Amino acid sequence: MKQIPASLLTLTAGILITLVSLWVGQHHGLLPEQASEAAVLVDQLFNVMVMIATALFLVVIGAILLFCFRYRRAPGDEDDGIPIEGNLPLEAFWTAIPAILIIGLGVYSVQVFQEMGGFDPGSIHVGHSMIGGAVSHAMPSHEMHAVPQGSVAMMAQAPDDGAIATDATADLLADLPEGTEPPATPVPRYGFGANAAEEGHTPDLVVNVTGMQYAWLFNYPNSGIMTGELHIPVGKDIQLNISAQDVIHSFWVPQFRLKQDALPGQSSGLRFVATKVGTYPVVCAELCGSYHGGMRTQVVVHTPEEFDEWLQQNAVAQQQNPSQTVAVNPAELSDRDYLSPYAQEMGVSDQVLSQVLAQVRSRS
Amino acid sequence: MTQAQVPLDDAALVADHDHAQVHKAWKWYHYFGYNIDHKVIGIQYLVTAFVFYLIGGLMAVGMRMELATPDPDFVDPSLYNALLTNHGTIMIFLWIVPAAIGGFGNYLVPLMIGARDMAFPNLNAIAFWLNPPAGLLLLGSFFFGGAQAGWTSYPPLSEITAPVAQSMWIMAIVLVGTSSIMGAVNFIVTIIMMRVPSLTWDKLPLFCWAILATSALALVSTPVLAAGLILLLFDINFGTSFFKPDAGGNIIIYQHLFWFYSHPAVYLMILPIFGIMSEIIPVYARKPIFGYKAIAYSSLAICLVGLFVWVHHMFTSGTPPWMRLFFTISTLIVAVPTGVKIFSWVATLWGGKIRFTTAMLFAVGLLGMFVLGGLSGITLGAAPFDIHVHDTYYIVAHFHYVLFGGSVFGLYAAIYHWFPKMTGRMMNERLGQVHFLMTFIGANLTFLPMHSLGTHGMPRRVAMYDPQFTALNQLCTFGAFMLAASLIPFIINAVWSWTRGPKASDNPWNALTLEWTTASPPIIENWEVLPVVTHGPYEYGMTEEALAVE
Repeated sequence: MKQIPASLLTLTAGILITLVSLWVGQHHGLLPEQASEAAVLVDQLFNVMVMIATALFLVVIGAILLFCFRYRRAPGDEDDGIPIEGNLPLEAFWTAIPAILIIGLGVYSVQVFQEMGGFDPGSIHVGHSMIGGAVSHAMPSHEMHAVPQGSVAMMAQAPDDGAIATDATADLLADLPEGTEPPATPVPRYGFGANAAEEGHTPDLVVNVTGMQYAWLFNYPNSGIMTGELHIPVGKDIQLNISAQDVIHSFWVPQFRLKQDALPGQSSGLRFVATKVGTYPVVCAELCGSYHGGMRTQVVVHTPEEFDEWLQQNAVAQQQNPSQTVAVNPAELSDRDYLSPYAQEMGVSDQVLSQVLAQVRSRS
Repeated sequence: MTQAQVPLDDAALVADHDHAQVHKAWKWYHYFGYNIDHKVIGIQYLVTAFVFYLIGGLMAVGMRMELATPDPDFVDPSLYNALLTNHGTIMIFLWIVPAAIGGFGNYLVPLMIGARDMAFPNLNAIAFWLNPPAGLLLLGSFFFGGAQAGWTSYPPLSEITAPVAQSMWIMAIVLVGTSSIMGAVNFIVTIIMMRVPSLTWDKLPLFCWAILATSALALVSTPVLAAGLILLLFDINFGTSFFKPDAGGNIIIYQHLFWFYSHPAVYLMILPIFGIMSEIIPVYARKPIFGYKAIAYSSLAICLVGLFVWVHHMFTSGTPPWMRLFFTISTLIVAVPTGVKIFSWVATLWGGKIRFTTAMLFAVGLLGMFVLGGLSGITLGAAPFDIHVHDTYYIVAHFHYVLFGGSVFGLYAAIYHWFPKMTGRMMNERLGQVHFLMTFIGANLTFLPMHSLGTHGMPRRVAMYDPQFTALNQLCTFGAFMLAASLIPFIINAVWSWTRGPKASDNPWNALTLEWTTASPPIIENWEVLPVVTHGPYEYGMTEEALAVE
């Protein structure tokens, strides 16, 4: 007689827990909006994990609370409990179930990782970016083929010091005559490569990202544009080549679910497709000094037409009069006040600081 | 009772111990100098660690006050970074590890195995005396700007920020690391060699198993950290370039060396607490621990697998794809032995007669907190998701659930449980309940909202943040104040009980492990006559006949 209600109760509890877990897995509200193809994959994985975690949490916490209530000592009862030392089938059960769940999650993680393009960060063809024919700088053919996929030999040849970004800055500030070679792109060794759909294709747009205390610089090698915020077209295959000038920074766009450290002396990359037009924060996630928390900018995801327009405007403006951008916009002088004392302490020259600030202010 | 002694009536016992205490007890001033008694050293570790806990806690309160508003307006951002660096360092290296391993390990291991002292008493004392200078170095570093590169101290940031303070930080960690290695050697030899002959491996208390696994782990991993830090010290002060990318160095190597120790450090902080849980729960549930062997072996399994998971801290750093996958799997696997322990404790509650003393409240509270912390840990093992939340408040939430909800709750439980043994006096239960409630609510208020902050885009280690995170941050700050306030009833309780509390009997909780067979507090050299073990440490509820048959 007693068996039946007990198993019925267990069944009901099991169904309830399953329903609650399924619901929580979809409605936990812990993730910001999805703005990249990777975000969808990561969120699915997270939702599954939240679902499993909710079920386990309810079962374990439920058991703890139930036992604490059911088996609390009555006043005056000095007896001991039931002397059970173990139960092999039960122990095997609760070792096996988590092990199976874990292996399942592991396999799923690997699959998501593969779909996101985690296996081949170094396999890009340098440069060769053509957005709707708007960009006129063609790469010399020998550079286009310079990087065979996954070649160890070529990795060794990749520039391996912090000079890349400085060169890029210098190139930008010099007048770029028509046909000048854009600065060489480092081959990313770490990060995410092309996802399943884009594998084998060259990216639509390459942007060199440089982290420095306390700003991000975005250099478009095929159009010579240098900006303080990232502009990309929606739905296109974007390759970021990430490096750092001084200390480790970490490039993070929460809405893209993508993060990659910017490492001085090592190149890393992110390849992704933004799926939603909008403006999203770019956050530095790795402690990089006093004003780490202020190292913020944004990524603007345009429609392809808007992006072409932006590209043309900026390419013209920066090539015609690059030095003028250094002095504009005194309205944001607080940025300098904010950075100057620390820059001096760090030995960053006034000139470099001016350049950084100018780029930050050149946001359209 | 555990030992085969001639049962005496109570009056005889009390008289006997009064006699013993007159001749065989330390005076208060012995606790302030060099002393080789493991019990004195244990209490020295505990009290010193607790003082550092207060200092580290004050730093946390300072940080939470800064974070009450989005702007960096309460402390200077450089000072904020120094606070967060030293908060983490002090809590790990000068509070949890010394209190759990140095404090309770030293106090309890010889008592639990029927030894008169540790194997190397002088080494033990030296290991303790390395801690105060380490603490002074850390606190003194504030006069030189304070180490600001986070407790991880990744180069190149650590090589260019506040070099003097950073060097002091390194020397402090090397000192506590040396202390930890000395302690580990001592524990391993003591547990293997010094057990009373009747204490077989299958009767060894689970706390000793945990300390054994912890010591093995410390012995393997700590030298690697020391090596990495000394290379960093050379880089900062002597012009070498091990980690300088512009001079042929490699910053990723440092991260491997650092995390090869510092991930296992998590287990150094939690394995002894697992041991404490396995001692406390059976006593108050009045039941044998469920699955003794599973718990003992899972400690060893965690120790072994724990050595192969360090790269999950570096998923967004210089980590090649195959490593991201290998370490995803190995990290997830650690959840299995950990789960076995948790399920075993929950099963120990089943069918018990649970006494909700303050120690048991903290133990059950720990279970709740640790389940949540463990589950968020699984999400972090999966590389694709970890990449999103790495270095965010989600991580801060996770490790505070594990290290505050786990380690600190466990230390509180241990203090309430063994206080009568250590001081000979009982703690006040009512104040203990107030302490528990404030700690439990405060901890959840402080750390639960951080999950959401992290996933929505707030990075960790920032003195300033976006305005949309203000409300949740203020909730965290409120919780932190509550946590700080929770220490008031605890300190009043501890100080008052230590001096004026009601006298404790030898075995106030009616427990079965060996430490409860000696006086409270134990006499010098622990026993007049060494005990003889006749049955296991957790055989609650077994009738005399059943024990006799066994």
